Amino acid sequence: MTIETTRRGFLTSAAAASAILVVGVRPNGALAAGGDAMLNPFVKIGADGSVTAIVKHFEMGQGPTTGLSTLIAEEIGLRMDQIGFEFAPSDPQRYANLAFGQIQGTGGSTAIANSFQQYRTAGAAAREMLLETAAQAWGVDASELTIEEGIVTGANNAAPLAEFVEAASALEAPTEPRLKDPSEFRLIGNPDVRRLDSPAKVNGTAMFAIDLHLPNEMFTMIARPEQRGALALGFDDSAARQVAGFINAAILPNQAGVAVYAENTWAAMQARDALQVEWDLSAAETRSSDEIQAEIMAALEAEPTYNVNKTDQTATQAALDGAAQVVEQTFYFPLLAHAPMEPLNCVIEANDDGGITLHDGAQMPTGPHMAMAEIFGLPMEKIRINTMLAGGSFGRRATPEADYQVEAALAFVVTDRTRPVKLVWSREDDLRSGYYRPAFGHKVRVGLDDAGQIVGWDHRIAGQSIMKGTAFESFVVRDGVDHSSVEGASDTPYQIPGAFFGLTDTEKATSTLWWRAVGHTHTAYVMEVMMDMAAQAAGRDPVEYRLSYLQGDGGDQARLAGVLRLAAEKAAWGEAPAGHAQGVAVHKSFGSYVAEVVEISGNAEDGVKIEKVTCAVDCGLAINPDVIKAQMEGGIGYGIGHNMRDQITLSGGAVDQYNFPDYEPLRIGDIAAIDVHIVPSAEAPSGAGEPGTPPAAPALANAIAAASNLRVGVLPMDENGVAFV
Amino acid sequence: MAFSLKLNGKDHTVEAEPGTPLLWVLRDELKMTGTKFGCGVAACGACTVHLDGQPARSCQTYIDDVEGVEITTIEAMERDTIGAAVQQAWVELDVVQCGYCQSGQIMSAVGLLSENPKPSVEEIDDYMYGNACRCATYQRIRAGIQRAAEILEA
Ligand code: FES
Ligand code: FES
Repeated sequence: MTIETTRRGFLTSAAAASAILVVGVRPNGALAAGGDAMLNPFVKIGADGSVTAIVKHFEMGQGPTTGLSTLIAEEIGLRMDQIGFEFAPSDPQRYANLAFGQIQGTGGSTAIANSFQQYRTAGAAAREMLLETAAQAWGVDASELTIEEGIVTGANNAAPLAEFVEAASALEAPTEPRLKDPSEFRLIGNPDVRRLDSPAKVNGTAMFAIDLHLPNEMFTMIARPEQRGALALGFDDSAARQVAGFINAAILPNQAGVAVYAENTWAAMQARDALQVEWDLSAAETRSSDEIQAEIMAALEAEPTYNVNKTDQTATQAALDGAAQVVEQTFYFPLLAHAPMEPLNCVIEANDDGGITLHDGAQMPTGPHMAMAEIFGLPMEKIRINTMLAGGSFGRRATPEADYQVEAALAFVVTDRTRPVKLVWSREDDLRSGYYRPAFGHKVRVGLDDAGQIVGWDHRIAGQSIMKGTAFESFVVRDGVDHSSVEGASDTPYQIPGAFFGLTDTEKATSTLWWRAVGHTHTAYVMEVMMDMAAQAAGRDPVEYRLSYLQGDGGDQARLAGVLRLAAEKAAWGEAPAGHAQGVAVHKSFGSYVAEVVEISGNAEDGVKIEKVTCAVDCGLAINPDVIKAQMEGGIGYGIGHNMRDQITLSGGAVDQYNFPDYEPLRIGDIAAIDVHIVPSAEAPSGAGEPGTPPAAPALANAIAAASNLRVGVLPMDENGVAFV
Repeated sequence: MAFSLKLNGKDHTVEAEPGTPLLWVLRDELKMTGTKFGCGVAACGACTVHLDGQPARSCQTYIDDVEGVEITTIEAMERDTIGAAVQQAWVELDVVQCGYCQSGQIMSAVGLLSENPKPSVEEIDDYMYGNACRCATYQRIRAGIQRAAEILEA
């Protein structure tokens, strides 16, 4: 079975098989067309004129299948119902994320930003080739012709582009096709463009990896230790053998667990429960989350290891000593699980040519691709990855170790490889898997003068580095500082005098992982709560106070001030009805600027109700405005839900939470309304998937403070003094 | 053991072990994968189907208990008046993000609208409480149900 014959439903259009005009780039970046084996295709056009965008990013709901297809459709001159999409194969040379180097993957809200020129250029080249062909056929000049809704028109002629595909495919691709001027855009920036993946997602036909069934498949679950790092020494499967449908069990080659194979998922679950495993606990994690928290809080009281911006710490101290008043707050952010809705899973099968195919909602295909080449002892080209829709990720489907794909590969490698292995995780596996948003603590002291102006800002951060000890360390760790531990704080655009940022790494008790918005999940909270406390101490309005630290008309400050003013205006800042209170936060992340105002009723003691979140976002040129709005809505929900009531805790190294009942998701009634506004912009497009998340929780915290005089420094809120109704 | 099911208006005979949740019979035996697995403990609603027209969590419904019961899944919603209206509203408003929870959301929304053709926001929030969406598409789910009610009224 090969990729082409798997049941990918709407993802494989008929056009792909019969495509004859193919446009993309060579590894050196040169635009090319035709059947060149080195070509990296972004668009394929079939003889019947059907157009398919080849999407190099995975779809976890954030919208790149629609976004990248929009770029191609815009440049060719198509309606959105005239283009389909399929996912690119795994090939780090040819489908690299231009923001990552030689890695194919999705993250850091880069899907649109890194593809914007690339995909438009491919579409524009296809357009010029088609127009050139039509011009020759009609004996006119190509400059007289355009493509509108798939029809080549001009010079008193009109014909569907299908008529020119075959002849166009013989042309050389133009090296520098003309990109459309923004004044010509019909699709880019159009709020009426709909998602291409909606129809299949409302009728049950959308195919996630968990939905794939291959002939003769085996369903596999892994018995894992309660304490991370324990090793499987042996097992007793006598009870498991009583489960109908149980096939076999085997210790994984790395001893990280025992694979249980069965004829269906339910049998695999039952048999795994019945398996008795003997674990070697000598290398197992035994700490509790209380110990992790204590270590972090102690680190905040000691001298920081790193002076992040290499500023004069004694000058900051002197400023604080001389300040008229000092505002101080300590914060603690617990471990958080990603909990994507589709539990992790993937399918591995052997191919007739001796190769291996992985079917996966692959966020970063290059990682599992390299890991599988090593595990199976095969060259890269013998490993294929069929990227399928992902039921959420929030970062979880990309780990530096390719954890679940490696697990599936190890479960497959010990079999005779005649039966495909479908690895399925339960929700319990997911919450207990050990990949979490790391725990962090902050301690900040802000000195104000008599007029309430900031004179010094001493900011200490301690926590578990995400990148150290991983393959990504060399990219992001500079002079010992993991940038993802301090991003959003030490590089704040606020013009704060006398600032010092210190960082101390603490021991990792679990694997730490990027979680929607990464370091900004805690730094934005701290920066925005501190600005609020400073404004309050100064007796100033929180919006006006922030604006006074965002002066100047260029760059970050102006764009932050822009979204802040817009959100304040749309939220009717300062005019909340009686019994309501507002809080605000503004933050830059992933190149985008977002301000949010949260309006609540009630108070911390009697119960808080979130009445409305008003959001303003500046992410440069908005390709699909409605997708951006949806990402802000989702990002706000993700930030608020977890900070309201979620945390992962450990007792003796074992995770306490088991399933949604004790890692309670945001529910429909938790936020009564969200209102998103996009700042019109001609700047290059930047991220949308993550930037909505960071300001949401601090804006809520600031609203709670306004209503209750309670500053929540330790999260989650509902375990630290805030009741929600 | 063989069980006979009335599923989406057709009779099916499936082989399954007694005690198997309907969810896994649908997904693994019948390869009807529109109904999703999210938690297995009735806490997320991703597996929602209709039993005799009432939304139920198929992860906590056992095959032994559904013989003779009319089972309806997302795959049949296109042929259902309310189901088709909800799907149309969902596409108009682009409710979905990752989409994984949406079969369950739609099955619950259809359950609500068949009981209550014009639900208020409070009634929607109440009825849809058990359907989690990790992408937090709740705003649009609410709007989608209201839009479907409008479509059905017209
Ligand atoms: S899978 Fe049935 S409610 Fe979650
Ligand atoms: S759309 Fe992703 S979980 Fe609901």
